[in-house]
Amino acid sequence: MFSTRNFNRSKPVLFILILFPSLLWAYQFVTGNLGVNPIEKLMDELGLMALRLIIITLMITTLSNIKSLKSIVVLRRMIGLFAFYYVCLHFSTYIVLDHFLDMQFIIQDIIKRPFITFGFISFLFLIPLASTSTNNMIKRLGFKLWKKIHYLIYPVAILASMHFYVLVRADKTEPVIYMGIIILLLLHRIFKRLTRPQLAQ
Amino acid sequence: MKILGSEITPYKTYLNRRKFIKGSLASTMLATVTTSAFANHDSDLSIYTKNLNENDKLNSYEEITTYNNFYEFGTHKKHPHLNSGNFKPRPWTIKIDGLVKKPQTFDLEKILSNVTIEDRVYRLRCVEAWSMVIPWQGFQLSELIKMAEPLSSAKYVQFVTVFRPEEMPGQQKRTIIWPYREGLRMDEAMNPLTILATGLYGHEMPNQNGAPIRLVVPWKYGFKSIKSIVEIRFLDTQPETSWETLAPWEYGFYANVNPNVNHPRWSQGTERRIGEFKRRETLMFNGYEEEVAHLYKDLDLTKFY
Repeated sequence: MFSTRNFNRSKPVLFILILFPSLLWAYQFVTGNLGVNPIEKLMDELGLMALRLIIITLMITTLSNIKSLKSIVVLRRMIGLFAFYYVCLHFSTYIVLDHFLDMQFIIQDIIKRPFITFGFISFLFLIPLASTSTNNMIKRLGFKLWKKIHYLIYPVAILASMHFYVLVRADKTEPVIYMGIIILLLLHRIFKRLTRPQLAQ
Repeated sequence: MKILGSEITPYKTYLNRRKFIKGSLASTMLATVTTSAFANHDSDLSIYTKNLNENDKLNSYEEITTYNNFYEFGTHKKHPHLNSGNFKPRPWTIKIDGLVKKPQTFDLEKILSNVTIEDRVYRLRCVEAWSMVIPWQGFQLSELIKMAEPLSSAKYVQFVTVFRPEEMPGQQKRTIIWPYREGLRMDEAMNPLTILATGLYGHEMPNQNGAPIRLVVPWKYGFKSIKSIVEIRFLDTQPETSWETLAPWEYGFYANVNPNVNHPRWSQGTERRIGEFKRRETLMFNGYEEEVAHLYKDLDLTKFY
């Protein structure tokens, strides 16, 4: 049985572990150690990290159904906010480093290219999620409304995995694995609702 | 525009130069053990730089040989460099068949003894919107076509990459339908810009770049420049090509570099030159408009992309 305290104690370590890749990539970028196309590499790494963190937040909710892991839910907010942090870095790399703030070009890119459209909408949906991730906000909005807002994580996850799927040219194994995990996690939630209708009311 | 190698190197001189470079590599390595194995190329850059456009700078040997799309060795850019060590590019033969006087199989050495190896510095523009400037050594495809003696009914040329899953780990997975196939219209194949390259930077073609012999069609997206060719077929109908078969809405048979025709994944208006920070504008036909635009004057390039 893991207690809330166990998980809370692990937070500082997790914080550093999840933050570390971004610092490493920034350092490698500045020192020219990200390969011959560093902007592409940076964007890919940040995006992949963000997608993985989004999937982990979904997993945490599922894992918390297991009795002994119930308290794992206390880690969800931090990891969710880190997902947003990596999405922001990913998006700003695209805007600033990749396209040098050429807004006309970027807007065209977002409209015309489905995979960028998916990624951009996913980013937009994450903004209300991240900005309501405080205890105070839960109180102000009321738990029901807050929860409704946070259902946005489902379209966020689906769009983010589609963003990756469409981007890959030939070997789609990795994006398919992520999509599969997301679908399984969502199916589990639907199943739970259907088998316990009294909780849905 | 300075595009063609102005200095034509006879095959013998070419071989000697290679020996010289190998020698200088050895001495560099003796002098400083810590120097990267690529450093020796810096000494003979002048051979190539005089064939450059004023806005272009040669990419380094390291950039050209560690960042490759060659799915036969894996789908990541670093895979061809990391996974191509077991590939054996010699001995090598090329099978010539289809609409030719006499189907036959040529030994690569025999082909090389009948052609003139030249330096060609070309821009390479990938469909993924990045580009490089590469000093190739090779010969005009038209020379081999003359040796092959195609019939007048031959309108297209198809190329096939070697299939050796035991040496090319990427082929063990069906990411695309192996073997890789490409094709050109006969007039494109005969254009003086189109070469079969056998080396770069004065070295034998590295495995990851398509050893021992590959196509280079500088006005088309990189995927047209098929690597490690074992078969050349002459046909009267437009051949199937690998990427077009896989995703016809994305890749066409022509695949000419064209900033005005959009691709669903990448804007083709700009590109990142490897080694540069800011993107640059993509040029029509990758800057070879003067040499090749006439080939397409009756073609709607938005339809035949």
